[in-house]
Amino acid sequence: MEKRELTCIGCPLGCALTVSLEAGKVISVEGYTCKRGHDYGEKECTNPMRTVTSSVPVKNGVIPMVSVKTAADIPKGKILECMEAIHTATVRAPVHLGDIILADIAGTGVDLVATKTVGRR
Amino acid sequence: MAEGRKSMETALAIIGGGPAGLAAALAAREAGVEDILILERDSVLGGILNQCIHNGFGLHTFKEELTGPEYAYRFIKRVEEAGIPCLTDTMVVDLEEEEGEKYITAMNRKDGILTIRTKAIILAMGCRERPRGALNIPGFRPAGVYSAGTAQRLVNIEGKMPGRDVVILGSGDIGLIMARRMTLEGAKVHTVAEIMPYSGGLKRNIVQCLDDFGIPLKLSTTVVKIHGKERVEGVTLAKVDERMKPIPGTEEYIPCDTLLLSVGLLPENELTEELGAKMSPVTRGPLVNESMETSLSGVFACGNVLHVHDLVDFVSQEAALAGKAAAEWLKENGNNVTEADLVLEQAEKQETAAGRMQAEKTAITVEPGAHVRYTVPSKIRPDKAGEETLIRFRVDNVLKDHYLCVSYNGELISRKKKRILAPGEMEQVVIRHSDFEKYPELSRITVHIEAE
Repeated sequence: MEKRELTCIGCPLGCALTVSLEAGKVISVEGYTCKRGHDYGEKECTNPMRTVTSSVPVKNGVIPMVSVKTAADIPKGKILECMEAIHTATVRAPVHLGDIILADIAGTGVDLVATKTVGRR
Repeated sequence: MAEGRKSMETALAIIGGGPAGLAAALAAREAGVEDILILERDSVLGGILNQCIHNGFGLHTFKEELTGPEYAYRFIKRVEEAGIPCLTDTMVVDLEEEEGEKYITAMNRKDGILTIRTKAIILAMGCRERPRGALNIPGFRPAGVYSAGTAQRLVNIEGKMPGRDVVILGSGDIGLIMARRMTLEGAKVHTVAEIMPYSGGLKRNIVQCLDDFGIPLKLSTTVVKIHGKERVEGVTLAKVDERMKPIPGTEEYIPCDTLLLSVGLLPENELTEELGAKMSPVTRGPLVNESMETSLSGVFACGNVLHVHDLVDFVSQEAALAGKAAAEWLKENGNNVTEADLVLEQAEKQETAAGRMQAEKTAITVEPGAHVRYTVPSKIRPDKAGEETLIRFRVDNVLKDHYLCVSYNGELISRKKKRILAPGEMEQVVIRHSDFEKYPELSRITVHIEAE
Protein backbone atom coordinates (compact mmCIF):
# COMPACT_ATOMS: atom_id res chain seq x y z
CA MET A 1 0.00 0.00 0.00
CA GLU A 2 1.23 3.51 -0.88
CA LYS A 3 0.59 6.52 1.37
CA ARG A 4 0.76 10.08 0.04
CA GLU A 5 0.91 13.20 2.22
CA LEU A 6 -0.84 16.16 0.61
CA THR A 7 -1.86 19.66 1.58
CA CYS A 8 -5.45 20.33 0.60
CA ILE A 9 -5.80 23.44 -1.56
CA GLY A 10 -9.61 23.47 -1.54
CA CYS A 11 -9.49 26.50 0.75
CA PRO A 12 -6.82 28.45 2.61
CA LEU A 13 -7.13 26.30 5.72
CA GLY A 14 -4.76 23.87 3.97
CA CYS A 15 -5.69 20.64 5.78
CA ALA A 16 -2.95 17.98 5.91
CA LEU A 17 -4.29 14.92 4.08
CA THR A 18 -3.04 11.36 4.04
CA VAL A 19 -4.20 9.39 1.00
CA SER A 20 -3.77 5.62 0.92
CA LEU A 21 -3.45 4.06 -2.53
CA GLU A 22 -3.44 0.43 -3.64
CA ALA A 23 -2.44 -0.26 -7.27
CA GLY A 24 -3.20 3.34 -8.26
CA LYS A 25 -6.63 3.26 -6.63
CA VAL A 26 -7.57 5.46 -3.66
CA ILE A 27 -8.51 3.34 -0.64
CA SER A 28 -8.87 6.08 1.98
CA VAL A 29 -8.41 9.79 2.60
CA GLU A 30 -7.69 11.03 6.13
CA GLY A 31 -7.22 14.45 7.70
CA TYR A 32 -9.87 16.36 5.74
CA THR A 33 -12.35 18.66 7.50
CA CYS A 34 -14.92 19.05 4.71
CA LYS A 35 -16.15 17.15 1.68
CA ARG A 36 -14.03 19.30 -0.62
CA GLY A 37 -10.94 18.04 1.20
CA HIS A 38 -11.93 14.41 0.77
CA ASP A 39 -12.64 14.92 -2.92
CA TYR A 40 -9.42 16.88 -3.45
CA GLY A 41 -7.32 14.12 -1.86
CA GLU A 42 -8.92 11.53 -4.12
CA LYS A 43 -8.70 13.62 -7.28
CA GLU A 44 -5.15 14.88 -6.67
CA CYS A 45 -3.91 11.28 -6.62
CA THR A 46 -5.84 10.19 -9.71
CA ASN A 47 -6.61 13.23 -11.89
CA PRO A 48 -5.21 16.54 -10.54
CA MET A 49 -7.17 19.64 -11.63
CA ARG A 50 -6.46 23.40 -11.47
CA THR A 51 -8.14 26.71 -12.25
CA VAL A 52 -5.94 28.83 -14.51
CA THR A 53 -6.03 32.62 -14.11
CA SER A 54 -4.26 35.18 -16.28
CA SER A 55 -4.91 38.41 -18.12
CA VAL A 56 -5.50 39.33 -21.75
CA PRO A 57 -4.82 42.65 -23.57
CA VAL A 58 -7.87 44.88 -24.16
CA LYS A 59 -7.97 47.24 -27.16
CA ASN A 60 -9.40 50.68 -26.31
CA GLY A 61 -9.93 49.71 -22.68
CA VAL A 62 -9.74 52.08 -19.70
CA ILE A 63 -7.03 49.72 -18.44
CA PRO A 64 -4.66 47.74 -20.73
CA MET A 65 -5.50 44.22 -19.48
CA VAL A 66 -8.60 42.26 -18.50
CA SER A 67 -8.29 39.45 -15.96
CA VAL A 68 -9.52 36.00 -17.04
CA LYS A 69 -9.98 32.50 -15.62
CA THR A 70 -10.97 29.06 -16.79
CA ALA A 71 -14.67 28.81 -15.89
CA ALA A 72 -13.97 25.44 -14.23
CA ASP A 73 -10.93 23.39 -13.24
CA ILE A 74 -8.85 21.89 -16.05
CA PRO A 75 -6.37 18.97 -15.87
CA LYS A 76 -3.09 20.09 -14.29
CA GLY A 77 -1.16 18.74 -17.29
CA LYS A 78 -3.02 21.17 -19.58
CA ILE A 79 -1.94 24.38 -17.78
CA LEU A 80 0.88 25.29 -20.19
CA GLU A 81 -1.23 24.51 -23.25
CA CYS A 82 -3.92 26.80 -21.83
CA MET A 83 -1.39 29.58 -21.32
CA GLU A 84 -0.27 29.25 -24.94
CA ALA A 85 -3.86 29.79 -26.04
CA ILE A 86 -4.28 32.73 -23.62
CA HIS A 87 -1.16 34.38 -25.07
CA THR A 88 -2.78 34.50 -28.53
CA ALA A 89 -5.96 36.23 -27.29
CA THR A 90 -6.84 39.91 -27.42
CA VAL A 91 -10.24 41.50 -26.89
CA ARG A 92 -11.91 44.80 -27.66
CA ALA A 93 -13.51 46.97 -24.98
CA PRO A 94 -16.07 46.93 -23.50
CA VAL A 95 -15.62 43.57 -21.80
CA HIS A 96 -18.03 42.42 -19.11
CA LEU A 97 -17.42 40.14 -16.17
CA GLY A 98 -18.38 36.62 -17.30
CA ASP A 99 -17.89 37.25 -21.07
CA ILE A 100 -16.39 34.27 -22.86
CA ILE A 101 -12.90 35.22 -24.10
CA LEU A 102 -11.95 31.82 -25.56
CA ALA A 103 -14.40 28.92 -25.91
CA ASP A 104 -13.26 25.35 -25.16
CA ILE A 105 -9.70 26.36 -24.28
CA ALA A 106 -6.99 23.84 -25.29
CA GLY A 107 -9.65 21.22 -25.99
CA THR A 108 -10.58 20.98 -22.31
CA GLY A 109 -14.27 21.67 -22.88
CA VAL A 110 -13.90 24.61 -20.48
CA ASP A 111 -14.30 28.28 -21.51
CA LEU A 112 -11.96 31.11 -20.63
CA VAL A 113 -14.04 33.94 -19.13
CA ALA A 114 -13.43 37.54 -18.07
CA THR A 115 -13.32 38.15 -14.31
CA LYS A 116 -13.50 41.93 -14.56
CA THR A 117 -15.47 44.54 -16.47
CA VAL A 118 -13.33 46.87 -18.56
CA GLY A 119 -15.07 49.87 -20.09
CA ARG A 120 -14.15 51.66 -23.32
CA ARG A 121 -11.60 54.42 -23.08
CA MET B 1 -11.14 75.96 7.92
CA ALA B 2 -9.59 77.86 5.01
CA GLU B 3 -11.76 80.38 3.15
CA GLY B 4 -13.09 79.35 -0.24
CA ARG B 5 -12.24 75.73 0.26
CA LYS B 6 -14.93 73.25 -0.76
CA SER B 7 -16.53 71.67 2.28
CA MET B 8 -18.83 68.72 2.73
CA GLU B 9 -20.65 67.08 5.59
CA THR B 10 -21.46 63.47 6.34
CA ALA B 11 -22.42 61.29 9.29
CA LEU B 12 -20.01 58.48 8.52
CA ALA B 13 -16.84 58.82 6.46
CA ILE B 14 -15.08 55.66 5.35
CA ILE B 15 -11.45 56.06 4.39
CA GLY B 16 -10.58 53.48 1.75
CA GLY B 17 -12.80 51.77 -0.85
CA GLY B 18 -11.16 48.35 -0.78
CA PRO B 19 -12.77 45.21 0.63
CA ALA B 20 -12.82 46.60 4.20
CA GLY B 21 -14.32 49.97 3.28
CA LEU B 22 -16.96 48.45 1.03
CA ALA B 23 -18.14 45.87 3.59
CA ALA B 24 -18.15 48.49 6.35
CA ALA B 25 -20.25 50.86 4.22
CA LEU B 26 -22.80 48.16 3.40
CA ALA B 27 -23.13 47.06 7.03
CA ALA B 28 -23.54 50.66 8.21
CA ARG B 29 -26.25 51.26 5.61
CA GLU B 30 -28.04 48.03 6.58
CA ALA B 31 -27.95 49.24 10.19
CA GLY B 32 -29.71 52.44 9.16
CA VAL B 33 -27.01 55.03 8.44
CA GLU B 34 -28.28 57.15 5.55
CA ASP B 35 -25.41 59.55 5.27
CA ILE B 36 -22.22 57.71 4.31
CA LEU B 37 -19.24 58.80 2.20
CA ILE B 38 -16.50 56.50 0.92
CA LEU B 39 -13.17 58.14 0.09
CA GLU B 40 -10.89 56.22 -2.28
CA ARG B 41 -7.54 57.35 -3.68
CA ASP B 42 -7.59 55.03 -6.73
CA SER B 43 -9.84 55.71 -9.71
CA VAL B 44 -11.88 52.58 -9.04
CA LEU B 45 -13.25 50.82 -5.95
CA GLY B 46 -12.04 47.37 -4.93
CA GLY B 47 -8.56 48.16 -3.66
CA ILE B 48 -5.83 45.56 -3.99
CA LEU B 49 -8.37 42.91 -5.12
CA ASN B 50 -8.27 44.47 -8.59
CA GLN B 51 -4.78 43.14 -9.16
CA CYS B 52 -5.24 39.84 -7.30
CA ILE B 53 -6.53 38.03 -10.37
CA HIS B 54 -5.89 34.54 -8.97
CA ASN B 55 -8.70 32.43 -7.52
CA GLY B 56 -9.31 31.37 -3.94
CA PHE B 57 -11.30 34.32 -2.61
CA GLY B 58 -14.70 34.14 -1.00
CA LEU B 59 -14.99 30.50 0.02
CA HIS B 60 -16.19 31.47 3.48
CA THR B 61 -18.42 34.34 2.38
CA PHE B 62 -19.95 33.03 -0.85
CA LYS B 63 -19.22 29.28 -0.59
CA GLU B 64 -17.55 29.43 -3.99
CA GLU B 65 -14.10 30.18 -5.22
CA LEU B 66 -13.77 33.60 -6.84
CA THR B 67 -10.92 35.67 -8.22
CA GLY B 68 -10.06 38.99 -6.53
CA PRO B 69 -11.85 41.20 -9.08
CA GLU B 70 -14.97 39.00 -8.91
CA TYR B 71 -15.02 39.18 -5.11
CA ALA B 72 -14.65 42.97 -5.23
CA TYR B 73 -17.38 43.27 -7.87
CA ARG B 74 -19.97 41.60 -5.62
CA PHE B 75 -19.41 44.29 -3.00
CA ILE B 76 -19.05 47.19 -5.46
CA LYS B 77 -22.36 46.22 -7.10
CA ARG B 78 -24.13 46.22 -3.74
CA VAL B 79 -22.61 49.58 -2.80
CA GLU B 80 -23.80 51.00 -6.12
CA GLU B 81 -27.28 49.51 -5.69
CA ALA B 82 -27.46 50.97 -2.19
CA GLY B 83 -26.56 54.36 -3.67
CA ILE B 84 -23.73 54.96 -1.23
CA PRO B 85 -21.72 57.95 -2.47
CA CYS B 86 -18.01 57.52 -3.21
CA LEU B 87 -15.33 60.04 -4.01
CA THR B 88 -12.71 58.23 -6.08
CA ASP B 89 -9.32 59.66 -7.10
CA THR B 90 -9.47 61.38 -3.74
CA MET B 91 -6.62 61.17 -1.28
CA VAL B 92 -7.17 61.85 2.42
CA VAL B 93 -4.20 63.82 3.72
CA ASP B 94 -5.22 64.74 7.25
CA LEU B 95 -7.62 63.79 10.02
CA GLU B 96 -8.41 66.09 12.93
CA GLU B 97 -10.74 66.15 15.88
CA GLU B 98 -11.87 69.48 17.29
CA GLU B 99 -14.47 69.92 20.00
CA GLY B 100 -16.01 66.54 19.32
CA GLU B 101 -16.25 67.16 15.57
CA LYS B 102 -14.08 65.27 13.14
CA TYR B 103 -12.58 66.95 10.11
CA ILE B 104 -11.08 65.22 7.09
CA THR B 105 -8.80 67.07 4.69
CA ALA B 106 -8.74 65.41 1.29
CA MET B 107 -7.65 66.37 -2.18
CA ASN B 108 -8.50 65.51 -5.75
CA ARG B 109 -8.05 67.03 -9.21
CA LYS B 110 -11.61 68.33 -9.45
CA ASP B 111 -12.08 70.05 -6.11
CA GLY B 112 -8.51 70.70 -5.08
CA ILE B 113 -8.39 70.56 -1.32
CA LEU B 114 -11.66 69.83 0.42
CA THR B 115 -12.75 69.61 4.04
CA ILE B 116 -15.27 67.02 5.15
CA ARG B 117 -16.95 67.35 8.53
CA THR B 118 -18.08 64.00 9.87
CA LYS B 119 -19.42 62.49 13.07
CA ALA B 120 -17.86 59.04 12.80
CA ILE B 121 -14.94 57.65 10.82
CA ILE B 122 -14.10 54.13 9.74
CA LEU B 123 -10.42 53.67 8.94
CA ALA B 124 -10.03 51.17 6.09
CA MET B 125 -6.79 52.26 4.41
CA GLY B 126 -5.26 48.80 4.12
CA CYS B 127 -1.54 48.17 4.17
CA ARG B 128 1.51 48.53 2.00
CA GLU B 129 4.56 46.45 1.25
CA ARG B 130 7.76 46.62 3.21
CA PRO B 131 10.27 48.13 0.77
CA ARG B 132 13.90 47.30 -0.04
CA GLY B 133 15.07 50.17 2.13
CA ALA B 134 13.84 48.28 5.19
CA LEU B 135 16.09 45.30 4.45
CA ASN B 136 19.72 46.47 4.46
CA ILE B 137 20.85 44.45 1.45
CA PRO B 138 24.25 45.73 0.29
CA GLY B 139 24.83 46.63 -3.34
CA PHE B 140 23.97 49.40 -5.78
CA ARG B 141 20.43 50.46 -6.61
CA PRO B 142 20.00 48.84 -10.02
CA ALA B 143 16.74 48.61 -11.95
CA GLY B 144 15.02 45.28 -11.60
CA VAL B 145 14.26 45.25 -7.87
CA TYR B 146 10.48 45.35 -7.34
CA SER B 147 8.13 44.66 -4.51
CA ALA B 148 6.01 41.62 -5.40
CA GLY B 149 2.85 43.74 -5.39
CA THR B 150 4.32 46.22 -7.85
CA ALA B 151 5.24 43.35 -10.16
CA GLN B 152 1.70 42.00 -9.73
CA ARG B 153 0.23 45.31 -10.83
CA LEU B 154 2.61 45.58 -13.79
CA VAL B 155 1.83 42.08 -15.07
CA ASN B 156 -1.89 41.86 -14.31
CA ILE B 157 -3.12 45.39 -14.98
CA GLU B 158 -0.48 47.11 -17.11
CA GLY B 159 0.44 43.99 -19.09
CA LYS B 160 4.19 44.52 -18.69
CA MET B 161 6.74 41.92 -17.58
CA PRO B 162 9.28 43.24 -15.05
CA GLY B 163 11.91 40.69 -16.17
CA ARG B 164 12.66 37.18 -17.41
CA ASP B 165 15.01 35.62 -14.86
CA VAL B 166 13.61 36.04 -11.42
CA VAL B 167 14.61 35.43 -7.81
CA ILE B 168 12.02 36.10 -5.12
CA LEU B 169 13.03 37.08 -1.60
CA GLY B 170 10.40 36.31 1.01
CA SER B 171 7.70 33.69 0.86
CA GLY B 172 4.73 35.90 1.69
CA ASP B 173 1.59 35.10 -0.25
CA ILE B 174 2.10 37.77 -2.88
CA GLY B 175 5.61 36.45 -3.56
CA LEU B 176 4.31 32.92 -3.98
CA ILE B 177 1.45 34.05 -6.22
CA MET B 178 3.92 36.02 -8.35
CA ALA B 179 6.27 33.02 -8.64
CA ARG B 180 3.47 31.19 -10.45
CA ARG B 181 2.26 34.21 -12.38
CA MET B 182 5.73 35.06 -13.74
CA THR B 183 6.30 31.38 -14.64
CA LEU B 184 3.00 31.22 -16.55
CA GLU B 185 4.01 34.36 -18.43
CA GLY B 186 7.22 32.68 -19.57
CA ALA B 187 9.76 33.89 -17.00
CA LYS B 188 12.16 31.54 -15.24
CA VAL B 189 11.69 31.79 -11.48
CA HIS B 190 14.91 30.33 -10.08
CA THR B 191 14.07 30.22 -6.42
CA VAL B 192 12.11 31.67 -3.53
CA ALA B 193 14.40 32.47 -0.57
CA GLU B 194 12.92 32.80 2.91
CA ILE B 195 15.00 34.02 5.86
CA MET B 196 12.78 32.27 8.41
CA PRO B 197 12.85 28.47 8.89
CA TYR B 198 9.20 28.40 7.75
CA SER B 199 7.17 30.09 5.01
CA GLY B 200 5.14 33.19 5.77
CA GLY B 201 2.58 32.23 3.14
CA LEU B 202 -0.46 29.97 3.08
CA LYS B 203 0.23 26.27 2.54
CA ARG B 204 -2.09 26.12 -0.41
CA ASN B 205 0.03 28.74 -2.16
CA ILE B 206 3.21 26.74 -1.62
CA VAL B 207 1.52 23.72 -3.19
CA GLN B 208 -0.17 25.52 -6.07
CA CYS B 209 2.42 28.16 -6.88
CA LEU B 210 5.78 26.49 -6.16
CA ASP B 211 5.39 22.69 -6.05
CA ASP B 212 3.23 22.60 -9.20
CA PHE B 213 6.01 24.30 -11.16
CA GLY B 214 9.04 22.78 -9.45
CA ILE B 215 10.19 26.13 -8.01
CA PRO B 216 12.46 25.52 -5.00
CA LEU B 217 11.69 27.20 -1.66
CA LYS B 218 14.93 27.78 0.23
CA LEU B 219 14.23 28.27 3.94
CA SER B 220 16.65 29.99 6.36
CA THR B 221 18.14 31.67 3.30
CA THR B 222 18.45 35.32 2.36
CA VAL B 223 19.92 37.62 -0.27
CA VAL B 224 23.27 38.97 0.94
CA LYS B 225 24.22 40.90 -2.20
CA ILE B 226 22.51 42.33 -5.24
CA HIS B 227 24.87 42.40 -8.25
CA GLY B 228 24.70 44.88 -11.12
CA LYS B 229 24.93 48.65 -11.29
CA GLU B 230 22.40 49.73 -13.97
CA ARG B 231 20.32 46.54 -14.02
CA VAL B 232 20.24 43.55 -11.68
CA GLU B 233 22.71 40.93 -12.97
CA GLY B 234 22.40 38.41 -10.18
CA VAL B 235 22.03 37.89 -6.45
CA THR B 236 24.11 36.08 -3.86
CA LEU B 237 22.09 33.92 -1.49
CA ALA B 238 23.38 32.59 1.82
CA LYS B 239 22.04 30.35 4.57
CA VAL B 240 21.40 32.06 7.90
CA ASP B 241 21.87 30.79 11.45
CA GLU B 242 19.27 30.87 14.25
CA ARG B 243 20.03 34.52 14.83
CA MET B 244 19.42 35.19 11.14
CA LYS B 245 23.09 36.02 10.50
CA PRO B 246 24.46 34.78 7.14
CA ILE B 247 26.72 31.71 7.52
CA PRO B 248 30.08 32.19 5.72
CA GLY B 249 30.80 29.55 3.11
CA THR B 250 27.14 28.96 2.21
CA GLU B 251 26.99 31.69 -0.45
CA GLU B 252 25.45 30.81 -3.80
CA TYR B 253 25.41 33.12 -6.83
CA ILE B 254 22.28 33.09 -9.01
CA PRO B 255 22.30 35.08 -12.27
CA CYS B 256 18.98 36.93 -12.72
CA ASP B 257 17.63 40.22 -14.07
CA THR B 258 14.87 40.70 -11.50
CA LEU B 259 14.54 40.45 -7.72
CA LEU B 260 11.03 40.50 -6.27
CA LEU B 261 10.57 41.33 -2.60
CA SER B 262 7.74 39.76 -0.63
CA VAL B 263 8.97 40.60 2.82
CA GLY B 264 5.94 41.67 4.74
CA LEU B 265 3.07 44.11 4.82
CA LEU B 266 2.70 47.11 7.08
CA PRO B 267 -0.66 48.66 7.99
CA GLU B 268 -0.84 52.17 6.56
CA ASN B 269 -1.54 54.22 9.69
CA GLU B 270 -0.04 57.68 9.25
CA LEU B 271 -3.55 59.18 9.41
CA THR B 272 -4.51 57.07 12.43
CA GLU B 273 -1.44 58.16 14.36
CA GLU B 274 -1.95 61.79 13.42
CA LEU B 275 -5.44 61.58 14.83
CA GLY B 276 -3.92 60.28 18.08
CA ALA B 277 -5.31 56.74 18.33
CA LYS B 278 -3.43 54.35 20.61
CA MET B 279 -1.38 51.95 18.50
CA SER B 280 -0.22 48.36 18.92
CA PRO B 281 3.55 48.02 18.47
CA VAL B 282 3.02 44.42 17.28
CA THR B 283 0.36 44.82 14.59
CA ARG B 284 1.27 48.48 13.91
CA GLY B 285 -2.46 49.06 13.74
CA PRO B 286 -4.66 50.86 16.27
CA LEU B 287 -5.82 49.09 19.43
CA VAL B 288 -9.54 48.35 19.23
CA ASN B 289 -12.33 47.05 21.45
CA GLU B 290 -14.98 44.43 20.60
CA SER B 291 -16.75 46.94 18.32
CA MET B 292 -13.55 47.67 16.32
CA GLU B 293 -13.57 51.13 17.89
CA THR B 294 -10.15 52.69 18.47
CA SER B 295 -9.15 54.59 21.63
CA LEU B 296 -10.92 57.59 20.05
CA SER B 297 -14.70 57.69 20.39
CA GLY B 298 -16.44 57.31 17.03
CA VAL B 299 -13.29 56.25 15.17
CA PHE B 300 -13.35 52.63 14.01
CA ALA B 301 -10.83 50.51 12.12
CA CYS B 302 -11.05 47.31 10.09
CA GLY B 303 -9.19 45.22 7.55
CA ASN B 304 -5.46 45.41 6.88
CA VAL B 305 -5.09 48.84 8.45
CA LEU B 306 -5.95 47.16 11.76
CA HIS B 307 -3.87 43.99 11.32
CA VAL B 308 -2.71 42.25 8.16
CA HIS B 309 -5.06 39.45 7.13
CA ASP B 310 -4.52 36.35 4.97
CA LEU B 311 -8.14 35.98 3.90
CA VAL B 312 -10.37 38.68 2.49
CA ASP B 313 -13.41 36.86 3.87
CA PHE B 314 -12.26 37.73 7.38
CA VAL B 315 -11.63 41.33 6.32
CA SER B 316 -15.24 41.55 5.13
CA GLN B 317 -16.53 40.06 8.40
CA GLU B 318 -14.45 42.39 10.54
CA ALA B 319 -15.44 45.39 8.44
CA ALA B 320 -19.14 44.52 8.69
CA LEU B 321 -18.76 44.50 12.46
CA ALA B 322 -17.10 47.93 12.34
CA GLY B 323 -19.87 49.28 10.07
CA LYS B 324 -22.60 48.01 12.38
CA ALA B 325 -20.81 49.37 15.46
CA ALA B 326 -20.38 52.78 13.81
CA ALA B 327 -24.14 52.81 13.16
CA GLU B 328 -24.82 52.04 16.84
CA TRP B 329 -22.39 54.76 17.86
CA LEU B 330 -24.17 57.27 15.63
CA LYS B 331 -27.53 56.34 17.18
CA GLU B 332 -26.15 56.84 20.69
CA ASN B 333 -24.19 59.96 19.94
CA GLY B 334 -26.94 61.78 18.13
CA ASN B 335 -27.69 62.64 14.56
CA ASN B 336 -28.88 66.08 15.63
CA VAL B 337 -27.35 69.10 13.94
CA THR B 338 -29.95 71.85 14.56
CA GLU B 339 -28.99 74.76 16.81
CA ALA B 340 -31.83 74.00 19.22
CA ASP B 341 -30.38 70.60 19.87
CA LEU B 342 -26.90 71.88 20.59
CA VAL B 343 -27.44 72.48 24.30
CA LEU B 344 -29.07 69.12 24.71
CA GLU B 345 -26.32 67.51 22.71
CA GLN B 346 -23.69 69.02 24.94
CA ALA B 347 -25.41 67.65 28.03
CA GLU B 348 -25.80 64.26 26.39
CA LYS B 349 -22.15 64.26 25.45
CA GLN B 350 -21.12 64.79 29.03
CA GLU B 351 -23.38 61.96 30.04
CA THR B 352 -21.95 59.73 27.33
CA ALA B 353 -18.45 60.69 28.37
CA ALA B 354 -19.29 59.69 31.93
CA GLY B 355 -20.82 56.48 30.66
CA ARG B 356 -17.72 55.86 28.63
CA MET B 357 -15.48 56.26 31.66
CA GLN B 358 -17.67 53.74 33.47
CA ALA B 359 -17.50 51.30 30.55
CA GLU B 360 -13.73 51.71 30.34
CA LYS B 361 -13.53 50.73 33.98
CA THR B 362 -15.45 47.52 33.51
CA ALA B 363 -13.89 46.62 30.17
CA ILE B 364 -12.22 43.22 30.07
CA THR B 365 -8.62 43.20 28.86
CA VAL B 366 -7.79 40.62 26.22
CA GLU B 367 -4.11 39.77 26.26
CA PRO B 368 -1.76 37.49 24.34
CA GLY B 369 -0.11 34.69 26.35
CA ALA B 370 2.47 32.05 25.41
CA HIS B 371 3.17 31.85 21.65
CA VAL B 372 0.48 34.44 20.84
CA ARG B 373 1.83 37.66 19.33
CA TYR B 374 -1.26 39.83 19.61
CA THR B 375 -5.02 39.75 19.84
CA VAL B 376 -7.68 41.81 18.04
CA PRO B 377 -9.64 43.11 19.90
CA SER B 378 -7.61 43.97 22.99
CA LYS B 379 -10.65 45.00 25.05
CA ILE B 380 -14.21 43.74 25.47
CA ARG B 381 -16.91 45.89 27.06
CA PRO B 382 -19.39 43.30 28.33
CA ASP B 383 -22.35 45.69 28.13
CA LYS B 384 -21.61 46.59 24.50
CA ALA B 385 -20.78 43.16 23.22
CA GLY B 386 -23.39 41.05 21.46
CA GLU B 387 -23.64 37.32 22.06
CA GLU B 388 -20.03 36.59 21.33
CA THR B 389 -16.72 38.16 20.45
CA LEU B 390 -14.35 36.67 17.92
CA ILE B 391 -10.73 37.11 18.97
CA ARG B 392 -8.26 36.95 16.10
CA PHE B 393 -4.54 36.39 16.66
CA ARG B 394 -1.30 35.09 15.24
CA VAL B 395 1.21 32.68 16.76
CA ASP B 396 4.97 33.31 16.90
CA ASN B 397 6.22 30.00 15.50
CA VAL B 398 5.20 26.84 13.66
CA LEU B 399 3.60 24.70 16.37
CA LYS B 400 2.52 21.09 15.81
CA ASP B 401 0.03 19.28 18.08
CA HIS B 402 -0.33 22.14 20.53
CA TYR B 403 -3.34 23.30 22.51
CA LEU B 404 -5.15 26.57 21.95
CA CYS B 405 -6.05 27.73 25.46
CA VAL B 406 -8.21 30.48 26.91
CA SER B 407 -7.84 31.59 30.53
CA TYR B 408 -10.06 33.88 32.58
CA ASN B 409 -8.12 35.80 35.26
CA GLY B 410 -5.36 33.20 34.91
CA GLU B 411 -7.67 30.19 35.29
CA LEU B 412 -7.74 27.79 32.32
CA ILE B 413 -11.24 27.77 30.83
CA SER B 414 -10.92 26.01 27.49
CA ARG B 415 -8.34 23.92 25.69
CA LYS B 416 -8.54 22.73 22.11
CA LYS B 417 -6.04 20.60 20.27
CA LYS B 418 -4.64 22.03 17.01
CA ARG B 419 -2.75 19.82 14.60
CA ILE B 420 -0.87 22.78 13.25
CA LEU B 421 -0.51 26.47 14.00
CA ALA B 422 1.68 28.74 11.86
CA PRO B 423 2.55 32.46 11.92
CA GLY B 424 1.38 32.74 8.31
CA GLU B 425 -2.18 31.74 9.18
CA MET B 426 -4.40 33.90 11.36
CA GLU B 427 -6.23 31.96 14.06
CA GLN B 428 -9.38 32.77 15.98
CA VAL B 429 -11.22 31.85 19.15
CA VAL B 430 -14.79 32.72 20.16
CA ILE B 431 -15.63 34.16 23.58
CA ARG B 432 -19.26 33.58 24.54
CA HIS B 433 -20.70 36.43 26.51
CA SER B 434 -22.96 34.12 28.49
CA ASP B 435 -19.64 33.32 30.25
CA PHE B 436 -19.48 36.82 31.68
CA GLU B 437 -22.39 36.15 34.03
CA LYS B 438 -20.64 33.03 35.31
CA TYR B 439 -17.46 35.03 35.95
CA PRO B 440 -18.58 38.38 37.38
CA GLU B 441 -15.05 39.23 38.48
CA LEU B 442 -13.60 38.66 35.01
CA SER B 443 -11.11 41.38 34.12
CA ARG B 444 -8.52 39.57 32.01
CA ILE B 445 -8.88 37.06 29.17
CA THR B 446 -5.63 35.41 28.05
CA VAL B 447 -5.25 33.55 24.76
CA HIS B 448 -2.25 31.21 24.91
CA ILE B 449 -0.80 28.13 23.26
CA GLU B 450 0.53 25.26 25.37
CA ALA B 451 2.43 22.11 24.43
CA GLU B 452 0.55 19.85 26.86
